[in-house]
Amino acid sequence: MAILIYAEQTNGKINKTAKELASYAAELSRKTGMPAYAVSFGAEDPETLFQYGISKVLNITNDAFKTFSARAYSEAIAQAAEETGARILLVGESADAKYLTPFIAAQWQAAYVTGVISEPLTTEPFVVKRKAFSNKAIAHVQLNGNKKILGIAKNSYGLKENPSDGTVKSFEPQVDSTLFDEFKVLSVEKATGKVSLSDAEIIVSGGRGLKGPENWGMIEELAEILGAATACSKPVADMGWRSHTEHVGQTGKQVAPNLYIAIGISGAIQHLAGVNSSKNILVINIDPEAPFFKAADYGVVGDAFEVVPRLIEKLKAFKAEH
Amino acid sequence: MKILLMLSVVPDTTSKINFTDNDTRFDSTGIQWVINPHDEFSLTRAMQLKEKHGGELHVVHVGPSINEPVIRKTLAIGADKAFRIDTVPADSYYTAVQLAEFLKAKHYDLILSGRESIDYNGGMVPGLVAAMTGIKFVNAVIGLEIEGDQATVAREIEGGKETLQTSLPVILAGQKGLVKEEELRIPNMRGIMMARRKPLEVLQPAEAPVKTQYLKFEKPPQKSAVKLVDKDHLDELIDLLHNEAKVI
Repeated sequence: MAILIYAEQTNGKINKTAKELASYAAELSRKTGMPAYAVSFGAEDPETLFQYGISKVLNITNDAFKTFSARAYSEAIAQAAEETGARILLVGESADAKYLTPFIAAQWQAAYVTGVISEPLTTEPFVVKRKAFSNKAIAHVQLNGNKKILGIAKNSYGLKENPSDGTVKSFEPQVDSTLFDEFKVLSVEKATGKVSLSDAEIIVSGGRGLKGPENWGMIEELAEILGAATACSKPVADMGWRSHTEHVGQTGKQVAPNLYIAIGISGAIQHLAGVNSSKNILVINIDPEAPFFKAADYGVVGDAFEVVPRLIEKLKAFKAEH
Repeated sequence: MKILLMLSVVPDTTSKINFTDNDTRFDSTGIQWVINPHDEFSLTRAMQLKEKHGGELHVVHVGPSINEPVIRKTLAIGADKAFRIDTVPADSYYTAVQLAEFLKAKHYDLILSGRESIDYNGGMVPGLVAAMTGIKFVNAVIGLEIEGDQATVAREIEGGKETLQTSLPVILAGQKGLVKEEELRIPNMRGIMMARRKPLEVLQPAEAPVKTQYLKFEKPPQKSAVKLVDKDHLDELIDLLHNEAKVI
């Protein structure tokens, strides 16, 4: 019996989510005595995972898997699980992970929960905490049966180094090639050179208080200095000031960066539901009564058009020194 | 074209979330139940496609009779017929089995849902239904066009979008972006009157296992009070972010 993580990559390299899953798997391994393994689709640096306690990586290097197919990927991961005797599978929250994991859950007839934010409270029975009601509650959920899949919420566990000896094994799953033909990819559009919202450690987000799309220059400048992604509130996306892909909130993206900076956003309950898993929240708002201050760690009461340019200057000076 | 919407009924987005029976059960006192917001995008797109290509739109919901007013709302918006599978959706797996069994007995060209419900946020029912029925599936759909028996589908990927083409039938989990916010349909008086006479068939649930149990709920820990920094002393803020929060 073993624990298996689905280790995803960004630009060919094992990404932070994969390292977080590895950290979680190592802890679970200590608790259950099961070894912690990983499966990767051709990452360039699979041995990175040994640093976080993974002792074996099955690396799938078939050219066929250069194209993503949820069904083919799920089949390959299920075969890697079979190969390693995995009973517990850990996955992240990327678009692809959310897309393919239900296929494995159905095949395994597994207990599958997403949004997991804690180590198991007990392993017999197996109980974890997960987010529910769009971050307005935390549920204690028991997973029944001998196969379990945990979708770990981003940034909820953190990275814990735990070096172990490991091996990388080339793995060739036998997948029906017609699975790749279900869909024809017509185009892929990706914003280049920008930090994506889901990868971002820091997010700079603007609201209606910015008065118009022409005022986003300072938001982008602040984001650039901090290496941050940009985001916006629902009204801003609805009015077309910014693309809806930037909308964070209950019906937009749910994010959990280390720092969320909200500028000119009042903090409606639906917005908070999308951001209150952030480790730190900084609110800049002209209205001292803005509800967002109640959910914030740090706040500045002031006009964004005055505060943000000043903050940019101060940060430039700070970055020059550090 | 026959279109099906798999409907989820959830507490209104502004609801205060509380629990009862020693924090083991969601407290529905005073809760306004609504169409799951992600489903609204799919419902509107389904109506637009029905109007453009002709055909019928059906709605299926797994849930108790108390949810019927919300099902009627989809009929008032323009769906032609609804089915309610009469059971409490115990968990995602159980719910997916109900929907998969329903689909096995019927044929639809296009099956839509929302990407997740805003109450339990599992985000897995549409994918499970696809796996159980063998019907093709795309998650997190932000664009959909139909031409003959071909669907062009845009899905959200990390930092962008991917556009795919496939033949029908297909299951699609929609979300914001599928239609514009201002296009979202709401019922009008004529629709509400007509909905009263549209069929709402009640079906018995299938036997299905429950894989997960909710033992108890808690509220997220309260934030400690905000540390306010004077706008004229932003060095202090940078110091806090650097030395206390350790985020810059």
